[in-house]
Amino acid sequence: MIEILISLFVLSGSLLSLIGSIGIMRLPDVYARMHAATKSATLGVVLLILGTFTYFLAEGVFSLQLLITIVFVFLTAPVAAMIISRSAHRNGVELWSQTKHDELMESYPEHLEPERDNEKADNS
Amino acid sequence: MFETVLLIGLVIFSLSLLLCLWRALKGPTLWDRVIALDSFGLNLIGFIGILMIRQSTSAYAEVVLVLGILAFVGSVSLAKFLERGVVIDRDSH
Repeated sequence: MIEILISLFVLSGSLLSLIGSIGIMRLPDVYARMHAATKSATLGVVLLILGTFTYFLAEGVFSLQLLITIVFVFLTAPVAAMIISRSAHRNGVELWSQTKHDELMESYPEHLEPERDNEKADNS
Repeated sequence: MFETVLLIGLVIFSLSLLLCLWRALKGPTLWDRVIALDSFGLNLIGFIGILMIRQSTSAYAEVVLVLGILAFVGSVSLAKFLERGVVIDRDSH
């Protein structure tokens, strides 16, 4: 019975990770790829480590390291994704050509605007 | 049956690792590579988790924890370094 639960955890976790990796391969720009990587891959890994934790709990071993791993991955993956995409945006990485709205650009103070706006202002 | 499920999980994680590696090698910008390496570390955690169930040993639990910490610290420091050329900057927020 416990094996069915662990099988569910393992299968759903690995499928979510595969979906995240396909998103990293297929999506058009850095920000969309960040979205795919941080959502589905994080949930997949958390589910799979939960399955591993359940397996060892059923065998009588309480593994605190796996619990700490779950909490750590769940807390830090969104932070890392936000820092990477903000760094890319500040360095002027191009958005996808069909992007409608760039909300982060509007919230910049004057002295933090990336280079590409100054270049556009100079050219026009 | 349980062995088959674990093998399927290993194969799916290997495919996912290969896709991340492909994006890390090909990626047009440096930030694509950073994202791909971050996701590579996360998928490696899952791979080792399945190996732990398959070999029925909890010896790799520290490996999983250290890989998670290294993936986070590595991608954050790479992103900060690519942003301004320094890892810790005191002037801005």
